[in-house]
Amino acid sequence: MIELEHVSKVFADGTKAVDDVSFIVQEGELCVLLGPSGCGKTTTMKMINRLVSLTEGRILLNGTNVLDFEETELRKQIGYAIQEIGLFPHMTVGENIEVVPELRGWPKAKRRERAAELLQMVKLPAEFIDRYPKELSGGQRQRVGVARALGADPEVLLMDEPFGAIDPITRVDLQNEFLRIQQDIRKTIVFVTHDIYEAIKMGDKIALMNGGRLIQFDSPFNILFQPQDSFVQDFVGRDRALKGLQLIRVKEVMRCSPLTARWDESVEALKGRLPNDEGIEEIPVVDDSGGFLGYIDISLVQTGTVGEHLGHHQVKASIDSVLDEALSIMLSCERKTLAILDHDNRLKGLLSFGDIQRALGEADRSGARP
Amino acid sequence: MFETWEYLLRHPDVVTTWAVDHLIIIAFAITISSIIGIAVGIFISVPGREALADSVLYLAEIVMTIPSMALFGLLMLILGGLGLSSIGFLPAVIALIVYGQLPILRNTHIAIKSVDPHMIEAGRGMGMSPWQILFKVELPLSLPVILAGLRNSIVLLIGITAIAALIGAGGLGVPIFRGLRNARMDLIIIGGVTVSIFALIIDGFMSLLERWITPRGLKQG
Repeated sequence: MIELEHVSKVFADGTKAVDDVSFIVQEGELCVLLGPSGCGKTTTMKMINRLVSLTEGRILLNGTNVLDFEETELRKQIGYAIQEIGLFPHMTVGENIEVVPELRGWPKAKRRERAAELLQMVKLPAEFIDRYPKELSGGQRQRVGVARALGADPEVLLMDEPFGAIDPITRVDLQNEFLRIQQDIRKTIVFVTHDIYEAIKMGDKIALMNGGRLIQFDSPFNILFQPQDSFVQDFVGRDRALKGLQLIRVKEVMRCSPLTARWDESVEALKGRLPNDEGIEEIPVVDDSGGFLGYIDISLVQTGTVGEHLGHHQVKASIDSVLDEALSIMLSCERKTLAILDHDNRLKGLLSFGDIQRALGEADRSGARP
Repeated sequence: MFETWEYLLRHPDVVTTWAVDHLIIIAFAITISSIIGIAVGIFISVPGREALADSVLYLAEIVMTIPSMALFGLLMLILGGLGLSSIGFLPAVIALIVYGQLPILRNTHIAIKSVDPHMIEAGRGMGMSPWQILFKVELPLSLPVILAGLRNSIVLLIGITAIAALIGAGGLGVPIFRGLRNARMDLIIIGGVTVSIFALIIDGFMSLLERWITPRGLKQG
């Protein structure tokens, strides 16, 4: 747990970079420090591991004032990841990852084992351990950066725009990858970024800063839909509904236990048991155990069994996906409904454009201000 | 040309002594010079010592402009005043140490100053002490440029050592000056050509050393 209590930083030239900032990052939480450049987010982060000294207030790390640690001891306890430029070019990937374990005096064999383990965790091939950073791509280097920050298995991680210098596609991969890792390791993380999409995606909490002050400390959802003032509103932008798509999970919105067709029944039987209202065209088809097989468009077929008219079996999304992934599948496949499946490929629900609209409307109203 | 060969064949031992003397002087001078130059170069590169760095580098540049003959003369006076031997090996080595400073000092300073600040911050952020940052980050990253300075310095000293023969230090300057006084072309050629060959060989060796010592991760291409 990291607690900041009325922390301020005044630089020697008199500029107040951070002004009375207080917030708490709970154990296992990822807190994003977000804001325009020069807002004091990086300075705030660097006061935690004392790369920048604080002027006022105090910072507690698991209840202990960071000033009570010896500087280098404190930093060896806190993982530190910066943009990929922070890898040492004269050291191999393995040596880079082993920096903190070595400073802590781990024996060589244990360090090497740890490096191999971390490479596996960030999904890099084992033979990369003896490569040099320049022999890797930008995305691979960034993975090494994450592995290095986790080197001595610290409880707390500070990450300064760790995916900043990466092309957008690789960046999304890295973000997903890191979220997956974080689900296992549950570190307490302070993550600096100026990218609101990244903040919404990564953060359990967002600390939105401007001009050295903490403007709003809240969940991503509340930052989007309950902005505290006009600055937050402007920073979030007019497309907050689109950004919100990342935050709402499919399972919160989908219609459960939808009407389904069995693959072995006849089309006539299916039509016979349909409710009378118009408008039902696409019906998801399942097998005996509820496994999803595809759709049948009953407006186009009259005879035969359902199984003969199956189509679009690829139009589906996982129950854990978020609305923007689901919407993107619907748009790119030009379908109005989307089958939502659990991990065993069983049909759990259906999602339509209408459902998405309704969900965003509700979110928006929840934050509507008088 | 014929006379040169004749002399070489007739007095191989004499020529060898000159060459060995020459190399010994350089070896002493460059060892001490690089220890001092690198240490001072590191010392003046610590943040906050910019003014000191400027003065030290300025001083080293001024020393370089003193003609070597004058410096040898000056050292004779100083060492003599201190009761030390004012001719021969000692003043020669001291003068060469002083001359060898600038390339080493300047390259060490520039190399350390041009280490990417992100690297240093990464080291600090991971809990390295200032000494650990120096030995694990700054020096390894500076190594190629420091070695280039060392190489400059050695090649420079090989030439100047020839002049040290004037104050009785021996070396390949001996046949050159003797040849000049007695109009003996063969002696001048023996001294001059050998000095040049030394310079080429040592320069080549240093360039191999540079390539060999530079960490693989820092090499181009």
